[in-house]
Amino acid sequence: MSVAAAPRAAPVPSPAPRLSPWTWVTIFTRMLAVQGSWNYETLIGNGIGFCVEPALRALPGGVHGDAFKAAMVRESTYFNAHPYLAAVAVGALARAELSGVPAERIERFRIALCGPLGSVGDQLVWAGWLPFCSLVSLVAFGLGARPLVVVLTFLALYNAGHLALRAWGLHVGWTRGLGVASALGNPVFRRGPAHVARAAAAAAGFAIPLTAARVVDGSASLLALVLGSLGVVAVLLVRLHGRVEGWKLSLVLIALFALISVAR
Amino acid sequence: MRELLPISLLGGILGLDVVTFPQSMISRPLVAGTVAGAFVGDATTGVLVGATLELIALATLPFGASRYPEWGSSAVVGGAIAAALHTGRAGALTIGVLAALATAWVSGWSLVKLRQWNAWLARRKRPALDAGARGTVIGLQLAGLTADFVRAALLTAIAYGLLFPVAHATVGVWSFGDHVSRAVVVTISGAVAAAAAWTIFHSARHARWYFAAGLAGGLLLLFAR
Repeated sequence: MSVAAAPRAAPVPSPAPRLSPWTWVTIFTRMLAVQGSWNYETLIGNGIGFCVEPALRALPGGVHGDAFKAAMVRESTYFNAHPYLAAVAVGALARAELSGVPAERIERFRIALCGPLGSVGDQLVWAGWLPFCSLVSLVAFGLGARPLVVVLTFLALYNAGHLALRAWGLHVGWTRGLGVASALGNPVFRRGPAHVARAAAAAAGFAIPLTAARVVDGSASLLALVLGSLGVVAVLLVRLHGRVEGWKLSLVLIALFALISVAR
Repeated sequence: MRELLPISLLGGILGLDVVTFPQSMISRPLVAGTVAGAFVGDATTGVLVGATLELIALATLPFGASRYPEWGSSAVVGGAIAAALHTGRAGALTIGVLAALATAWVSGWSLVKLRQWNAWLARRKRPALDAGARGTVIGLQLAGLTADFVRAALLTAIAYGLLFPVAHATVGVWSFGDHVSRAVVVTISGAVAAAAAWTIFHSARHARWYFAAGLAGGLLLLFAR
């Protein structure tokens, strides 16, 4: 079915406009660079325009047509989302533009989509999947795995989730169009973060002593001292309720230790 | 210093991964430190630095516009310095981690500057963007990607060039033993990781019991070996 003949203003246009496999490959590749021009004013807005652009070429008149230019203006304005879940927006917006949904409706949809795509992605990926994969790889490290195995464990595990999320987002955005919001009610997003958090908590308990043991590589008494001190400092840090950033504290304490080692 | 060019390019590529392309987390300290160590010929030291930094990096959640240390290029600097000094020398791991943390501080600041520059460039191109010029949209994206790569590569080159001689001299007068030095660093990084794990996961139902079970399992495994 041609783009021009697609129904107007339908939440889930049916049947879908057609895009070539090459266009999908281009869109997916561009999705990997969606934050290429991230800035404090339009955030990933320009990136959304950049990703949707290959699909918009199918609009009547091609890249020189008024429909294409008007869509490019709309799609390159302010937008905020988790970079992986931005794929949902890219798929849905491409579908809406090619289906001839009125401009005002697309603009309202864009605004409504920002919040959920940011918060859901942050919880699932940054506060869940990433630390989980990192801790599992540290368990591998602590168990004595070779450097290559440690690195591959992390990259394979993390990117299985990462790439699947982007591909799912693009697919569900495209197939559901403006009705995509319901997809964010998927059990993976509602209950997934809690499951991942529990798995990551267990991995953290496993990983920290094992990692410490491999790094110290010393006597049992030294390791016991390290684990005891580590626990005390960790409790103190928790009681500070985030008033001290961990990496800054580490920088100061390790710098002090280095100074003492050099000066004494 | 023959390794400066490849290390800088590596820092550029891994620094690019943090935010702009492709965010596949090759920039995580565990990966970046190990690869940098391998570049210098000692992946084992690289993975030690990477794992120690990874513990610290667990506390960093890159939410939206928040400011955070940029671990990609900094872990390259730390891993490469420690590997070039060799793990057998007392203090090499400590100095590598310290170099990475100092670089991460500056690198995080440079990310903020890059984002401000991206905004300035987008403002300059506003008329073309308002006209729906696809070339401008694509150009802005490519400019941001290129600038981020140059930022990370330059930062890696400067940090490695400045810090390696200092690190070499410091290790020469290091007075603590190797095991004690490692113990101090991993106590700090492990404490940061444990506190971060609590902060991130404690709100999930029963997460504390999962943590306790994991801890018991880890300790049992340690004492059984």
